[in-house]
Amino acid sequence: MSSLMQEIGDKAMALGVPLAVQVDLTYRCNERCVHCYLDHHDHGEMTTAEIKHLLDEMAEAGVFILTLSGGEIFLRKDFFEILEYARQRTFCVKLKTNAVLIREQDARRIRELGVESIQVSIYSHRPEVHDAITLVPGSLKRSVGAIRFLKSQGLRVIMANVLMTQNRQDYPAVRALAAELGVECTLDPTVTPMMDGDRSTVSLGVDSSALREVFRDSSLVGDVDEFCAIPAKVDQSELEAIPCSAGHTACYVSPYGDVFPCVQFPVPTGNVRNQRFVDIWRHSERMNEVRSIRLKDLATCTQCTHVSSCTRCPGLAYMEGNMRGPSSQDCEKSFAKTGIPSANMLAKKLAPPNLIQIKTVQIQPAQIPPLPTMDGATA
Amino acid sequence: MSKLYVARNPRVAARSLDGEMMIMSGRDSTLFTLNKTATILWQAADGATSLDEIVEHKICPEFDVEPTVALHDAEALARELAGHEILQVSEQPIPPRTAAPGEAR
Repeated sequence: MSSLMQEIGDKAMALGVPLAVQVDLTYRCNERCVHCYLDHHDHGEMTTAEIKHLLDEMAEAGVFILTLSGGEIFLRKDFFEILEYARQRTFCVKLKTNAVLIREQDARRIRELGVESIQVSIYSHRPEVHDAITLVPGSLKRSVGAIRFLKSQGLRVIMANVLMTQNRQDYPAVRALAAELGVECTLDPTVTPMMDGDRSTVSLGVDSSALREVFRDSSLVGDVDEFCAIPAKVDQSELEAIPCSAGHTACYVSPYGDVFPCVQFPVPTGNVRNQRFVDIWRHSERMNEVRSIRLKDLATCTQCTHVSSCTRCPGLAYMEGNMRGPSSQDCEKSFAKTGIPSANMLAKKLAPPNLIQIKTVQIQPAQIPPLPTMDGATA
Repeated sequence: MSKLYVARNPRVAARSLDGEMMIMSGRDSTLFTLNKTATILWQAADGATSLDEIVEHKICPEFDVEPTVALHDAEALARELAGHEILQVSEQPIPPRTAAPGEAR
């Protein structure tokens, strides 16, 4: 993070301003990714007018960075109307999409509207692997084709690669593909549970030995010795820090208007269909509870060697049952980096080599439905 | 001396934080923050009001500064912001527009 962005973040936190908000426009999707945490049925999405009203409220509340995500955002027929409205309200707009539906004229329109960046999920450079994860034949070809359209318009594109057992060998080639296309690439080793608490998707994530390899890849982490170093003992003042920006300078709004501290932290705090966004942000009891938590309040984690360096996600901890508890997936990451079990692992007497149960998912591409087009017809 | 007109570039992202503008360049995602004086100039840059009117009516009443000095500084600032493509400067009034086709990031 740049020092200016850090400075702005600090100022926003001191003032209680929600600097960055992710709005999911829909949970509907034209892919069926095996690791997805969403239910893809439409349970009553916000209308165009409701979303525009929300954007007005968010602009007034001081939101600067607006991430539009889903589901697949291009399945909303009013997507460009919403995007245009968001840009008129001078948000810094970022998009998350699988890009399958983006054609050349769409890429041009996105450029004209001044979108800051477009993140596209790419799981592998091999169609047989990527398409087996999205469960849509031909999806890699279409996503990469769309990245070329976007790039040709001079747009900033980021390839997002989620590391799973199915694609664990492929990330170097995905990064090479990104370099060839002239786009950025990120690698995320965390597969999250479903928003309803179902944890079956977590088993698709890589095991400790794969994580250890990734964390020792200098092309990813830079100085391996520094990245995997045993953390220094924490100063008491460091425990006054907040766990992350969720609820402090950032939050999430679902397609149904529910406001959560983060997309990975599904604590219901209010609904913008019944309350003003800023009232939920400032006065929700649950939001203020999340906001009140400091590292010193995390009973298990304060006893842990990794407390100062751990990537502990409070949302993942919440989904394990306690927002002040540890997040086992982050314990595994800290262990993979340093070889030192976390306080949570020791308390549970977990034997490190068997921490993660790997389950292979059988995929049958023949059952995959044809791709829908933007107007809902079948391609 | 001819009048100068200034207009906000519609391709940038902008929001006020505690009275100071945060601006993200549409060209290369560079982030800028404007101090309170520059923020007043930015907010008044509608393309129709000349820079000397902005200085006279918006900046001088807020700050204890000589109008000629303020205008000189405002012009330098406007040209600097134009260099970053976050403001447009012209000797003619600038009509409202959306981003022009073909305008690169």
